[in-house]
Amino acid sequence: MESLSNKRKVLIQKPLNFWERIYLPAIVKGLSITMSHFFRKPVTIQYPEQKREFSENFRGMHSLKRDEEGRERCTACGLCALSCPAEAISMIAAERKKGEENLYREEKYAAVYEINMLRCIFCGLCEEACPKEAIYLDGDIVPSEYLRKDFIYGKDKLVEAPLNQ
Amino acid sequence: MDTAQLIFKLILVVAIFAISLLIALYSTYAERKVAAFFQDRLGPNRAGPYGLLQPFADGIKMFLKEEIIPTNASAFLFIAGPSLAILTACIGSAVIPWGQKLTFGNTVIDLQVADINVGILYIFGVVSLGVYGIMIGGWASNNKYSLLGAIRAASQNISYEISMGLAIIALLLVTGTLSLRGIAEQQHGFWANGYFTWNVFKQPLGFLLFIICAFAETNRTPFDLPECETELVGGYHTEYSSMKLGFYLFSEYINMFVSSAVMATLYFGGYNFPFMDMLSKIIDPNWVTIIGVFLFFIKIACFIFFFMWVRWTIPRFRYDQLMDLGWKTLIPLAIANIVITGIVITFLNR
Repeated sequence: MESLSNKRKVLIQKPLNFWERIYLPAIVKGLSITMSHFFRKPVTIQYPEQKREFSENFRGMHSLKRDEEGRERCTACGLCALSCPAEAISMIAAERKKGEENLYREEKYAAVYEINMLRCIFCGLCEEACPKEAIYLDGDIVPSEYLRKDFIYGKDKLVEAPLNQ
Repeated sequence: MDTAQLIFKLILVVAIFAISLLIALYSTYAERKVAAFFQDRLGPNRAGPYGLLQPFADGIKMFLKEEIIPTNASAFLFIAGPSLAILTACIGSAVIPWGQKLTFGNTVIDLQVADINVGILYIFGVVSLGVYGIMIGGWASNNKYSLLGAIRAASQNISYEISMGLAIIALLLVTGTLSLRGIAEQQHGFWANGYFTWNVFKQPLGFLLFIICAFAETNRTPFDLPECETELVGGYHTEYSSMKLGFYLFSEYINMFVSSAVMATLYFGGYNFPFMDMLSKIIDPNWVTIIGVFLFFIKIACFIFFFMWVRWTIPRFRYDQLMDLGWKTLIPLAIANIVITGIVITFLNR
């Protein structure tokens, strides 16, 4: 049949000639190929000590952002939790009291904000849903833990460090 | 033999035993490191600098693991298998001449445990005993895979011993002696009477046959069918765990060391090196002996490296290909080698 892709290769199996039948030239060729690899630089990256550079759109651990005055941007609207296909995000909203204007930008803020890192699929939909540019997946790889409960990250791990510290 | 000689022999026995164990220990490390380099990796590098303590870590792991003897296995034979394997691997090095004789005043120290005049036959006998360890272990495991692996090992060893023996016969036509010391002495220096003294230049085909058979006898790739992972799980040591498995793996490396030493002695001049006569006029002959011993170990290391190099290059044979190669190619070639050697020697002697 006519090949449509033009990629078909016709294999012709000729009987081996004398040099091919004694195998030794082929073995020597193979040995030289492996020897050329022997002196090549290893490609291994020794992970905990050496790290590979992430690509620019890598999605790692989440962080809750602060604005230019150091106030938390999150207003606990719940759009991230709603958009999350894995239902990894949950939060409890609270009203900003008088005197807390330097802590929270909006009048409503997230008193508790939890992401279950075992549920999270790092799709980035929370980042896209957020109207306040408060959540970004710009962190590192999520580290390993011994207990499941340790994978539920609260605000202590998620919120960015304050500006002047 | 006086007491001093006897004590020295004992020291030599212990030293050789320790050295062959140490070399086998570090062969496991070298194997992993060499494999890694051939595959553009790093290999073990966590235990100690460059991972140098890795073999000890592995050894401790092997010793501390649980000793399991399957219910339906024959307990005595199950333990006898690996013991025999390691025993036969260790006694092979007794007849290898490690160096020339050291002379201190009147005392002459022979760097060889036993200079018996049937050295090669002894090595042959020990090598063929080695298969019993595998065979007994595989049979005692009471496991289909183990038994298949053991049978493969036995038939493979029998097939390749024939061509190995025939390759040796051609060598014996050249040397005229069975003593390994005698063969090593004949290869003195590097060049004499207008030709190389090393036997590899006199018996190139014989050496090729011998090294192929050595690969088969030590169950190394491309002839590692007895422990063929893809077909037989683990082959003859499927049921083995802890140090009994360790002994099997270890005996393979000791066998590799001994067969490398035999190849270096028979074909690559043993402890001889070029310009040794010139050197012994300049410095003390004892120093020349020590350099010779050192170079002998370098030759052995090169052979061990070659074993590993081949392992990470050539894929495993199919079983019928293995038998084809052994019976239809190597044996006729070995016989032709004997005939050609005989004719050449007859013409040269006329």
